[in-house]
Amino acid sequence: MDLSLMSRVFPFFVEAALVTLELTALALVLGLFAAALAAAARLSKSAILRAVGSVYVSLFRGTPCLIQLFVLYFGGPQVGINLDPFAAGVIGLGLNIGAYMAESIRGAVVAVDRGQTEAARTIGFSRLQTLRKVVLPQAARLMIRPLGVNTVALLKGSALVSTISVVELTYTAQRFIGSTYKPFEIFGVAALLYMAMVYAVARIVDMLDKRFAIA
Amino acid sequence: MQGLDFTVVAPYWDLLLIGAWWTSVLTVSAGVLSFAFGILFAVIVLYAPAILAYPVRALMWVFMGTPLLLQLFLIYFGLVQVGIDIPALAAGIIGLGLHFAVYNADVIRAGIVAVDAGQTEGARSIGFGKWRTLRYVVIPQAIRNTAPPIGSNLIALLKESSIVSVIGIAELVHSAQLAISETFRPFEFYITAAALYYILNLVLEAALHRFERHVEVSR
Repeated sequence: MDLSLMSRVFPFFVEAALVTLELTALALVLGLFAAALAAAARLSKSAILRAVGSVYVSLFRGTPCLIQLFVLYFGGPQVGINLDPFAAGVIGLGLNIGAYMAESIRGAVVAVDRGQTEAARTIGFSRLQTLRKVVLPQAARLMIRPLGVNTVALLKGSALVSTISVVELTYTAQRFIGSTYKPFEIFGVAALLYMAMVYAVARIVDMLDKRFAIA
Repeated sequence: MQGLDFTVVAPYWDLLLIGAWWTSVLTVSAGVLSFAFGILFAVIVLYAPAILAYPVRALMWVFMGTPLLLQLFLIYFGLVQVGIDIPALAAGIIGLGLHFAVYNADVIRAGIVAVDAGQTEGARSIGFGKWRTLRYVVIPQAIRNTAPPIGSNLIALLKESSIVSVIGIAELVHSAQLAISETFRPFEFYITAAALYYILNLVLEAALHRFERHVEVSR
């Protein structure tokens, strides 16, 4: 094992890991936004909205993320969508994880006891008030862990954007292998950085979960 | 901007179907591997001496904390570095199989722990040895109780199998890429590939659903 090589490339990898984090953070924001809309649509009274929400979730969960990225980045220009790799990566990852997060959010809302809604309506809360003041605060607690699992999956899944030439951690690792032919050392450094990020995210999720747990 | 024309797909339909066939082969073989090793890893982590349990735990930790893409690169290119030259298809099956074995092991381990202690005590008191109790009493119940999450892992495996196209395995994505290199029509071919994945996904979900109902009934 070539330790000096590993320490030499380390600074480049830290920089690349920051790109991975940036990608993940932006895709997370987009994903949460899409997920909230999709979950609201799937829970709404309107059959059309419900159908739109279901189609989004089903299509994005039923096909590989890699293909979704390829359609967007390589196929986009054919339909007038020209994105640079980073933007395509953020949008592709965000829309993909959004479909999974929509299910996490919907699951949490559905898991809140029906009696809570009934009681709130009985004492005169409107539908919106019931949702805002009674159901969502309780559902928010229940969705922390599943959304955390989704976020960890997003962080690891962000490696896929190396295939559309976004210069992040996995792409950087591949480039260094081309010049050093030391896959074990190079991928080892990348793996360490991924693990550090994954366990940092897992810790944050644990903390949030504890912070908002029902005492 | 060129218009869309899905008729370009027709001459390449056979190529895409062959790709879909290999995606299915990959999914099934890696799925079997991930199931067998999932049980093995779970048993090792729970019952084997530390000298065996710790390395397996470390392996699980690493595989859960890093991207599948990186693991595939490591297996395929890394083994070459140490002089083991395995074909891409084998590397793909091993990589996918091990990756999901780790997730299955995590689920099965929890399933084994959740099997009532009375089951073990009962089996032991009628003269079953430790190994036979595990093999015939505990593990079957653990597998049955964890069938749904193991099924979701298999569905995830089907979709993630698309990643092995990067190490040059001729599956569905690779077929689409081949067709695109001749026609320069990425949108049409990737959408078609997505549709085929969607169909495979539906078929797999239906099969798992039937299997789960079957397990429920035989309970």
